[in-house]
Amino acid sequence: MSTNLIPTAEPIAKLIEEFSKLPGIGPKSAQRLTYYLLRASTNEVSALADAIRNLKERLTLCSSCLNITDSDPCAICRDEERDRTKICIVEEPIDIIPLERTKKYTGLYHVLHGVIAPTDGIGPDELKVKELLARLNDGLVTEIILANNPNLEGEATAMYLQRLIAPLGIRVTRLARGLPYGGDLEYADDVTISRALEGRQEI
Amino acid sequence: MTLPRVYQTEAIIIKRIKLGEADRILTLYTPELGKLKAVAKGTRRPQSKLGGHVELLTHSRLMLARGRNLDIITQAQTINNFLIIKDDLELISRGLYIAELVDAFTGERIEDRRLFDLVLDALKQLSQASDCELVLRYFELHLLDHLGYRPQLQRCTECNLPLKPETNFFSPNHGGVLCHNCGFHEPAARPISLNALKVLRLWQNCDYANARRVKISPELAVELEQVMRENIKYLLEKQLKSTAWLDKLKREIQQA
Ligand SMILES: [Zn+2]
Ligand SMILES: [Zn+2]
Repeated sequence: MSTNLIPTAEPIAKLIEEFSKLPGIGPKSAQRLTYYLLRASTNEVSALADAIRNLKERLTLCSSCLNITDSDPCAICRDEERDRTKICIVEEPIDIIPLERTKKYTGLYHVLHGVIAPTDGIGPDELKVKELLARLNDGLVTEIILANNPNLEGEATAMYLQRLIAPLGIRVTRLARGLPYGGDLEYADDVTISRALEGRQEI
Repeated sequence: MTLPRVYQTEAIIIKRIKLGEADRILTLYTPELGKLKAVAKGTRRPQSKLGGHVELLTHSRLMLARGRNLDIITQAQTINNFLIIKDDLELISRGLYIAELVDAFTGERIEDRRLFDLVLDALKQLSQASDCELVLRYFELHLLDHLGYRPQLQRCTECNLPLKPETNFFSPNHGGVLCHNCGFHEPAARPISLNALKVLRLWQNCDYANARRVKISPELAVELEQVMRENIKYLLEKQLKSTAWLDKLKREIQQA
């Protein structure tokens, strides 16, 4: 940043640099955000700084479902109303958000924190699979819902978990894979169409 | 070769990594341009038009636009999705191993149509054959052959005498087999059974259909895998990452 034509104070340059690393933020936006904060009140800036710091310092993983939480167990695992016989498996904590938004699912979750990716050297031992199996020991869970992403690694992970869990006598289901809402049939690939045909239903 | 601003190519998708919020960088293996990396925008969104057409282990026809760094995929249409591979954990895992092998042995933008055909053929065989390990061994042998690393299996690579029908030694850094006398003094060499030697010789010189006629016992299959794995590890100076996963799958099947 010292090579800029207009010399910039070090703290400004540093913040612009940090903002630019965020997804969806280019150098122009980073600059705009930085100069906005420069004009903002000290309270406003402190509140933002605290929020960012707390993100890492106050958050931990739920010891049961491994979702990110500020209290252990997390709010979902603590909720007495939730159906404890169902666990929905997701790849990342962020995947819980769209599922919760539907308000259709009332069971628990389990976050794998990744996906089986053999060519990156990531197998089940690198994911939270052992923790999942430990949760199934008490015999309370009767259904595992696999909500892995519908791509090659997601499918491989789902198939592996199915192979691991089915012998325990637990029903293993998979989120239906098919045509995306708002998409055009014309552009769908054959795998998507095949899956959509397999998963067709009476209307 | 200078490419036009927009061009078309067939490609097999051998690798992909996430880029930003919804994009991916794909590694393609193509007939005319060899290996190249390209950006597939928005492919992590469900409504993406590229979607499954640029999934790993898919053979597709692509339209690309030259970019400043990486070229950008503008259209994609599946030629072969290898659905049978994608429905089977064992086959997906072997397919990914083939992809990693190709990626490891190739540089970018070096035309190699024969290699493209070898990869495509291996994926086709994988989706037809019952013995997926045979497909891997056959592909490994012919890949090495094509790249100029054909293992010498007829004569001793040290003393040049024809090999006797007995247990000999395989030495990756000699590029093939050592006779009993020479191999005995070579610490890096491993014994190779006569059966393993015979099978490798046959596979070097036949097509898949004939390769499949040989009956391979489980012990022999393990030996062949180890010989090829050591050879590849020596040539690449590293172990391929997906081998750990293949080993784990095999162990768990044995336990079940
Ligand atoms: Zn929890
Ligand atoms: Zn010799």
